[in-house]
Amino acid sequence: MIAAVPTPTTTWYLILSAVLFALGMVGVMIRRNPLVLFMCIELMLNAVNLTFVAFAQRLGDVGGQTTVFFVMVVAAAEVVVGLGIVVAILRRRPSATTDDLAELKG
Amino acid sequence: MMELIVFAAAAAMVLAGALGVLFTRHPVHAALSLILTLFGIAVLFVALEANFLAAVQVIVYAGAIVVLFLFVIMLLGVDKVEAMGIDPVRLQRPIAAIVGLCTAGLVTVAILASRGSLTARPGSGLTADAADADGNIRLLARDVFSDKVLAFELTSVLLVIAVVGTVLLARKPRKGETEVTP
Repeated sequence: MIAAVPTPTTTWYLILSAVLFALGMVGVMIRRNPLVLFMCIELMLNAVNLTFVAFAQRLGDVGGQTTVFFVMVVAAAEVVVGLGIVVAILRRRPSATTDDLAELKG
Repeated sequence: MMELIVFAAAAAMVLAGALGVLFTRHPVHAALSLILTLFGIAVLFVALEANFLAAVQVIVYAGAIVVLFLFVIMLLGVDKVEAMGIDPVRLQRPIAAIVGLCTAGLVTVAILASRGSLTARPGSGLTADAADADGNIRLLARDVFSDKVLAFELTSVLLVIAVVGTVLLARKPRKGETEVTP
């Protein structure tokens, strides 16, 4: 018989999402491909979503899940607009990295 | 026991996928690692009694958003390997790693310090309907369509604006028309 197996608490979920958020942040700082930058932003958004859902479960309040629902919609819109901008930029300069986009004129 | 195994497996998926997004050089591999992370998050959502959001996570994120990423990668032919050796700013990567570690450490310490103050309110909301199969989606729908209905409507406006803006950005200009693309 196994004695005293710990069950995951809210704290575990919060720490996991903190680590995931930090990883996404590091990714935004070190990567130079604009598409991968967007993926790292998605990582950060998902970390925050996990925090919201963990708190919703702990506090017994469905408001956290509603917030996550809206965050998902806004994230989808953000990805669509961002990828539209990336397509427009990369069509003119196929090898552009984020460092090459330091000025506003095309 | 079961919960511990589920949490450990999902956390391993999440972290492995995140590290894959960070450190694979090929954008397609980064997108596939992102799918791994998003599935892990969906599993954690189920463990946290958010069944509807888990389904939405798989459909919208792993389905739509990652496929959109892959389409853009294929469309633009930006499947080149990124040169990770160049530091655009001097010492950018070590500094980024230090900042990331500091952020994770700070937030973790704050979570652990405030662990005792987080008290559950039993009987309100989620736990009451946990036995019901449709309880989660019913609660969520009641919340979205009563208190937050204005936000819901504004969301639809946001989506329309996003679609129109993207079409305007990504299309090719007709002849005799000044180009508006960046």
